[in-house]
Amino acid sequence: MAKPLQKAASTGSTKPVDPTRERDAQIIARVLGGERELFHELIRPYEKGVYLAAYSLLQNEADAEEVAQEAVLKAYRNLANFRGDAKFSTWLITIALNEARGRLRHARVIEFDSIDEPVEEGSDVTPAVISDWREVPHEALERKEVRELLARAVESLPETYREVFVLRDVEEMNIAETAAALGINEQLVKTRLMRARLMMQKILAPQLKSRRTGFLGFFSRKAGGSWL
Amino acid sequence: MALNCRHVWKQISDYIDGTVSPELREEIELHLANCRHCSAVLDSTRNILVLVADDRTFNLPVGFSERLHERLEEAMRE
Repeated sequence: MAKPLQKAASTGSTKPVDPTRERDAQIIARVLGGERELFHELIRPYEKGVYLAAYSLLQNEADAEEVAQEAVLKAYRNLANFRGDAKFSTWLITIALNEARGRLRHARVIEFDSIDEPVEEGSDVTPAVISDWREVPHEALERKEVRELLARAVESLPETYREVFVLRDVEEMNIAETAAALGINEQLVKTRLMRARLMMQKILAPQLKSRRTGFLGFFSRKAGGSWL
Repeated sequence: MALNCRHVWKQISDYIDGTVSPELREEIELHLANCRHCSAVLDSTRNILVLVADDRTFNLPVGFSERLHERLEEAMRE
């Protein structure tokens, strides 16, 4: 369905209205106007995103939760500085990523290979070459084993690829938002994303294929077993 | 010049996102129609992306939201 359009008064051009951005802008204005309690509602849709952004770097539940809390408190205390150039969610996630990086630096556990990154162009990443693929349906996610496979694959990505992959493909931010949150350009996001996705395919395709027989009983019951 | 498999792999991510040019899209699709390996790479990659984006894949720790809002409430009282 087409997005509703509004006329931009100053330029006469039209631009799509983003209902989420409008909602956030209205709540932010009210919070800054004194209705502080509304900040709870402002952040509610983004709690998971903030946690996952922190987790993508820290890979530790307790640390990620603490950093997510710190990021939310920092956003609350600095809300007046939010200019609205980016979405509120992007701003919030940027704060979480910065907090997480700060913690990593403090712990001196930044891996040097994440800084001295190999050449971005001319990727050496090759996918798992398979001859056919039968779709793994959503119902597979009801199995803890499948969720753990996916989580472990994400965790195994090098840091610079993991953060791009989590923002773009787990949190479903677009390329521009991902670039803004990470402070890198869009082409670099695309290059890292390409490599991360191929790495994920390389790790997961053989594992998910090899587990098809294990899924048979489950899907025979849940989905008629038609995917095998 | 026809695309080879390696060229296609490098473009698969942009192809999935729909950000390749119409000309390149046509070349990729021509290759995919004749290469079962690249078709399987595309299908498996797409499938994996659908699975990781599912809300059930990554969960918040139990009680995360409650603890977050309690801490926020404390900060608001300061």
